[in-house]
Parts: sequence; structure tokens; C-alpha cells
Amino acid sequence: MATGRRAGVWYPRWFWPAFAVPGMVWLLVLFLLPFYVVLSIAFGAVDPLFRTPVPVWNPVQWNPFQFQLLFERIFGHGGFLGPSFLRTFAFVAAASALCLLVAYPVAYFVTRYAGPRKGLLLVLLLAPFWVSYMMRMLAWVNLLESDGLVNRALVGVGLLGEPFPWLAGQPVTVTLGLVYGYIPYMVLALFAGLDRIDQRLLEAARDLGASRRRTFLLVTLPLSRQAILAGLVVTALPMFGDYFTNDLLSGSPRTSMVGNLVNDAISSPGQGGQAAALVLVLMVLLLAPMLAYVRTTGRAAREAGR
Amino acid sequence: MRPWGRPGRWLADPWRRPRLLEAFVWAYLAWTILPVTIAVWFSFNAGRSRSSWQGFSLRWYWQDPVLSVWHDPDLHDALLHSLRLAALTTLIAVPLGVAFAIGLDRWRGRIAGSFNFQMLLSFVMPEILLAVALLFLVTNLLKLVQLGTVAQLLGLVTFQLSYPAIICRARLLSIGKEYEEAAMDLGASPLRALRHVLLRLLAPAIFASAVLVFADVIDDFVIVRYLSADAASEPMSVKIYNSARSSPTPALNALATIMLASSLLTVGLGALVYRRLTRGERRGQSAVEELAAQV
Repeated sequence: MATGRRAGVWYPRWFWPAFAVPGMVWLLVLFLLPFYVVLSIAFGAVDPLFRTPVPVWNPVQWNPFQFQLLFERIFGHGGFLGPSFLRTFAFVAAASALCLLVAYPVAYFVTRYAGPRKGLLLVLLLAPFWVSYMMRMLAWVNLLESDGLVNRALVGVGLLGEPFPWLAGQPVTVTLGLVYGYIPYMVLALFAGLDRIDQRLLEAARDLGASRRRTFLLVTLPLSRQAILAGLVVTALPMFGDYFTNDLLSGSPRTSMVGNLVNDAISSPGQGGQAAALVLVLMVLLLAPMLAYVRTTGRAAREAGR
Repeated sequence: MRPWGRPGRWLADPWRRPRLLEAFVWAYLAWTILPVTIAVWFSFNAGRSRSSWQGFSLRWYWQDPVLSVWHDPDLHDALLHSLRLAALTTLIAVPLGVAFAIGLDRWRGRIAGSFNFQMLLSFVMPEILLAVALLFLVTNLLKLVQLGTVAQLLGLVTFQLSYPAIICRARLLSIGKEYEEAAMDLGASPLRALRHVLLRLLAPAIFASAVLVFADVIDDFVIVRYLSADAASEPMSVKIYNSARSSPTPALNALATIMLASSLLTVGLGALVYRRLTRGERRGQSAVEELAAQV
């Protein structure tokens, strides 16, 4: 049967798929195919003369030497990439934890207590999304320069004897920069999750005599577990690929992260193969959180449709 | 321990406002917004410094004959390039994404599911991974595509396709099929039902996604930088990145301020129009809340 018939109107079978086809072709050519090219380069050869990577399209002839080289640089004796990987995990863990600690109370207040000012507060919470990331980092570069307002304030109050070199490769600056950059995503994810919690459950808890704190610990917090996970994923994923925060706020190899390794490999001649291998390694490392996010959003969409 | 904490205070006012929490929220807002406000403020500085105030002027916008945004060809080309990329990407990505969403919503099956999965994956993937992959694609396989505006457009559309697709799918799920079926029972052909019923109902979602795509592309950095060919195809974000640590004059702040104004203007106007489009439905919920729920 080629048609679906109802009430005298029929759709040809291809009617709805035809709408999706342009987008599907686009994704095949510009999303799936590019990653095949990355595979072909990572497992490919190197031009003996120019040292540029040469893609090998046939998987049978793939050669893992780029990965051997990469793993030697990460794990091997004197491997200089290893510290960057460890540092990335440390920075991202610290920054996402801080994001959660700061964003949770904010989102909680806006959903529960903002009252008539909820709209205004939401506009203010969303404002950073419409300010370019680069501008937000530029703002901190201005503030943290040796004669910037932060140093002047701290020296003026007497907390610091002399200006602190915030922008000279300080892990603290980079971590706080990441927090500043990505915290709006966390606030939004938590807001969406907390806003969905049925208010009647909280009222029931309070009516039955639970204090504010107990209501929070026993009702709100368990119900927001999904939102917390989603928030951690949406803030941590972009941090893993970030190199510009580091470049603007530190610029020193002492704080370089995996994103910087990718960017360095891309911008130095002859390192294309290493860049491709790094991209694949990063992809494998981040596959679990990416899949977790796709699964939860899929489930949320189905529930909303019911 | 008794099941309730401190009954005295609880009985006195169980719903008292949490002052400490409120103060924390305002402190958070100050922390997120003040640095940017200061950067905007110093774009009006009369001197070269970005940290000591030397009087108000529009020197860095257009008065300075060499270094101002208006007169420095580098800076104002970057501005135009950003706007051009944002407009073109919106024009391509939104129709593509909306059609994709409609198609996938009605055509359920394994193939549709796998493409939905790809689309969601492109949404959460760190941008740098996609940017590197696209760079390799353009330099090794699709050599016809030149680095520069065309490659940047292809990359941006790929990255932004998920916005309209996700937002429209969410809306399609809540619209359901009833209106369309009613139209067809009354004699409309599938295409007419689609055009006069479904697209009308989708209009707010389509509009919201166009605004989001436009504002997001103005600020895009990673994809646009890797797929640029030369200084002429570098938009504002890349200029800021290039000179933030090297040659700082308040002209950079002025550029960033113009960028900020253009995205705020887009979103502000967008919110107003969105409100008009959805007038009559869902009373009491502001446009912002809806947008927030959709991001």
C-alpha cells in the first residue's frame, strides 16, 4: 500500500519524508562526512616531503601511527601532553562544581520566590546569552590587567601589597573565567528543571510540618537530580572544547587545556594528523555525557508531547 | 529530632522571604552584568586607557580618524561580515530546520530516528570538534568550497540547524494533529492544510528560532575562525580575540559594544514580536519565560 487514506484525503507515502530530506542530506554531507574525513586523516599517511597529512579513504589501509605518537606524547616518558589532559579534568571539574554551587540558589530563588519580578529576573539571567562570549572575556581582561580596576581596588583596600599578575598564567583566573563564561547554561538548565517541579508537592511537605530546609533536602533536591545532571553536562561539554578563555585570560602553556592542544595542532604546519587524532580522542572521552544528554532530552520531549 | 526544625520561627511566619538568598541572587546578577557594563562604559573613554576614566567622548566610535570603528576598515569590515553571516545563516538554517522538524515529526521510523539523533548530537557536541572536522572536509575533500564566507556559511548552518529543528519539534508535539486533520476533513489538500494551518500555528516557534540563530551567529567564534580565509573574512568575535591581549585601545570595546547592541536589539525586538504572535494563548506567561523554556 503506497498511500495512507483517511476521510477522503491521502498523503503519498513520500509526503512527510520529503520535508526531512534536505536537512538529512545536509547532515550527511556536512556532519557525518566531515567526521569520516577526520578518521581518514587520523588513520592516514603523511606526505614525506611537506609533512602535511594525506587522508587515506579506504579503511582497510588505515594506519594507527598518529595515535601511537599521540599516546606516547600523553602517557610516555616525558610526555608533554599528559599534564594538559589532567589539568583539563581538574579545571572542568572545579569550574562545573562552582557553577552548580552558585547557580542552584539563584535558579531556586527565581522559580520559588521571585513572584511578580520573575520576568525581570529572567531577562537579567538570560542577558549573558546575548552578550558575545568574547566581549565577556574582554571585560575581564580589562578588569584584571595589572593596572585594572580589580588590582586597584584590592591594593586600595589594603588586601594586596602590590598588583597581582592575574593574567600571567594563573589557574585560578582560568577556572573562574570558565565559571563566568558557562554559568548561564547551568542557571538555565536548573531553572527549567526546578520550574517543572509541582508546587503542590512542596506545599504538601510544608503543610505536613516540614521546615524549609527539610522540604528542600527531602523533596526539591531529589526531584531536581535530572536537572542537575543536565546542567553539569551542558556546562562541562563546551568547557572541554574551550581554548579561547585560556588564550585570553592566561595565554601561558602553564594553564593549557585539551582545547589548546587541538588549536595548537591545527595552527602549526604538519600537525594536522595530530589534530585529527586529538579530536577523535576527545570525542570518545565525551561520548558518554553527550549520549546521556541526548537521551534525557529525547525522554523530556516525549513526556512533554503526552 | 522533631520533624519540624524550629517551630517558633516557623509558626511566626512559615512563608517569610529568604533575605539571604535574595541578596545572593542580586550579587550574582551584579557579578555577571557589571564587568560587561564597565567594558561598555570605557568604550566612551576619551583617552587610550581601558581602566582610568578620562572623560566622555565618541572618539572610538567615529571621531578618531584612524583608530575608530568607523574609520578603521579592518574593524568595520568585521562588523559587516558578522551581520552578513548572521543574516545569511538565518535565511538558510531556519527553513531547512523547520522542514526537517516537520518531516521527522510525521515520519517516525528508524531512519528518521537516526537523523534526529545526529541533529541532537550536533547540538551538544563541543563546537571545536565540528569546526576541525569541517576544516578538514573543506581542505581535503570538498576542495571546490573556498575557505571564507561560503565555508563559514556551510559550517554555521550545520551548527545552527538544530535550533529551529528542536524548537519546532517541541512545538509540533504540543500542537498535535487535530487542527490539520480538521482542515483536511473540511476539504483542504495536505499542502493547503500545511500552509494555512500548521505553518500558522508554528509561526511563533519559527520566529523564535530565527531570532536565536541570528543572535547566536553574531557571537560565533570557533567555527567562523577556523573556516575564515584571511583578515577580510574575520568577523567581530575573531577581531576581539586577536587583539584583546595585544593592541588594546577602547576601539575594541566600542566594537564589542556595537556587537552587544545588535544582539540585544535583535532579541528585544524579537521578544516584542513574539509576544504579538502568541497574543491570546497562554496568558500570564511572559515571552521571556517561553523562550527560556525552549533554549
